[in-house]
Amino acid sequence: MTSLLEMSGISKSFDGFQAIKNLSLQIGEPELRAVIGPNGAGKTTFMDIITGKTKPDEGYIRFGEDSRSLIGLSENQIAMLGIGRKFQKPTVFEAQSVRENLAMALKNPRGTFSVLFYRKSAEGAARLEQIADEINLTAHLFRPAGELSHGQKQWLEIGMLLAQSPRLLLVDEPAAGMTAHEREHTTDILKRAAETRAVIVVEHDMEFVRRLNCKVTVLHEGSVLAEGSLDHVTNNQTVIDVYLGRTDAGD
Amino acid sequence: MTQTHSQRSSFIGRNPSVLYFLAALGLFTALVTVMSEAVGTGLVSTSFVKTLGKTLCLCLVAIAMDVVWGYCGILSLGHFAFFGIGGYAIGMWLMYARTEIIVADSLAGQTIPPTPQEISDAIGNQIFGVVGSSDFPLIWAFADSLWIQLAFVVLIPGALALIFGWLAFRSRVNGVYLSILTQAMTLALALYLFQNDSGLRGNNGLSGLQNIPGFADSGQDMVSIVFFLASALALALGYLFFAWITDSKLGNIIQAIRDDESRVRFLGYHVESYKLFVFTITAIVAGIAGALYYPQAGIINPAEIAPIASIYLAVWVAIGGRGRLYGAVIGAAVVSLLSSWFTGGGAPSIDLGVYTIHWVDWWLVLLGLSFVLITLFAPKGIGGLFDKLVRKS
Repeated sequence: MTSLLEMSGISKSFDGFQAIKNLSLQIGEPELRAVIGPNGAGKTTFMDIITGKTKPDEGYIRFGEDSRSLIGLSENQIAMLGIGRKFQKPTVFEAQSVRENLAMALKNPRGTFSVLFYRKSAEGAARLEQIADEINLTAHLFRPAGELSHGQKQWLEIGMLLAQSPRLLLVDEPAAGMTAHEREHTTDILKRAAETRAVIVVEHDMEFVRRLNCKVTVLHEGSVLAEGSLDHVTNNQTVIDVYLGRTDAGD
Repeated sequence: MTQTHSQRSSFIGRNPSVLYFLAALGLFTALVTVMSEAVGTGLVSTSFVKTLGKTLCLCLVAIAMDVVWGYCGILSLGHFAFFGIGGYAIGMWLMYARTEIIVADSLAGQTIPPTPQEISDAIGNQIFGVVGSSDFPLIWAFADSLWIQLAFVVLIPGALALIFGWLAFRSRVNGVYLSILTQAMTLALALYLFQNDSGLRGNNGLSGLQNIPGFADSGQDMVSIVFFLASALALALGYLFFAWITDSKLGNIIQAIRDDESRVRFLGYHVESYKLFVFTITAIVAGIAGALYYPQAGIINPAEIAPIASIYLAVWVAIGGRGRLYGAVIGAAVVSLLSSWFTGGGAPSIDLGVYTIHWVDWWLVLLGLSFVLITLFAPKGIGGLFDKLVRKS
């Protein structure tokens, strides 16, 4: 397992509030990693920094074999390098069909004119069918995405991530608002995705993290508090004090 | 389970409205032609043919507005400026070429043939005497060439939109801030054109544009029908062009940008390029529409570019229904025709005894009221009501 993403000494503060403090983290390829932490631990800022939405004050991020620095790249450049992101609130394009949503995400040239003159290919269609099957939406391909249930929207968004064929997937609370049955399927999708690529799942729900059965990183006040298997970190006294002991954890 | 159009394979299959629209436009054009004074029964007056021709140009700029606003979500309140620039570009040639003919006629009787300098001075005097000048400003350098001025119809709105859009989009100016910026752009342009030393005859504008050089022998009845047909053709081509763009994958992307711009960035698309493309291409179409409109109107002056004109454009599209091309056509046609009926004295005044409603004064109130009502009760506009009927049947 080689290191795909390496973050080192990352700090970021907003108006004096230190959201990320000397954060260092490595992820291999392939790997499934869960990132947990209480509210305000810096989980969202952590993803914003990797995807280029937020520029860190200090530190470096390197990606891929050639250790390319991600700092200073725009969101779309980072996405094209192979980093996909799923937001906490499902953001699919509701006015357009499930198929159109997936087709937009499909790995193809992104230039204005190549998109204008884009012609559908059999290869692309096959890939779409395959993804739709994986996310259980084959029967809904031609429905507007806005008509899907909450859980189906979450899947569609994961499907859009898969269509991008990224090397690193950042998934923010994929199981939020899902039924027990839907959660199970989501776990399967993520586990399968992590067989060939790196997947980072940010999650609140301990039960869901347990089912992912992977290495866990605990964030607290913007830096890594503990890292290891779920059992390892849940037995860590500091983790218990700052996180598990709190009544608002695991909501 | 409702199904969207995307599973049909042919362009017309996915966009049946294109066929209906082209058929309706063809029928309308044929009817007007056979009833015109020039080639038909004379039931439709020449001035009304001009009104209808102008309306078709307004429909063309409205579909451009619909693409940039209804599809891409950029509420540009400056597209009528591009329309006006197109009018000015063609107006310069029309005015120059016609004045040249008049000057040549008047100098023809002289025993000593006039020098080119004398001819040029005489033309300059004719055109710029009204603003106390006789020198040709630099921007008139190519006014004697129809082809160069025609190229300017496309190039100047395109270049202005490209530069303005590049500056605005790369700084991620969005929403209402962008709208205000586009209003500032039109206002600045109008104020500049109002100056006498702008080189475009200040508030006099360019006039006599209905007299097409080289067609002095054919009457206005013939000129009007030719421009009417040209406007109809331009609208048909514009409609097909924009239907093709919105049907392409680029159409999906721009609608996605309208709905959630930052999500599109995380998909790897360079959102700014897409917005710039749409902003520029629609500005060019607006310029072409303006170049067809003003020869039919006969005159263009800076008041045409006033910020309010671009706001009207947005109102037409909102009333007609955003995000559907035929909605923009309906909105522009209905509102602009009603507007000229009400303000042109066509609508009878209503005598209430104590007060008489003169529509010239009250039309704007009526328009404002319908805008509010449509926004409240039919947010998808008149075109949206159509959709409901189609879905029921």
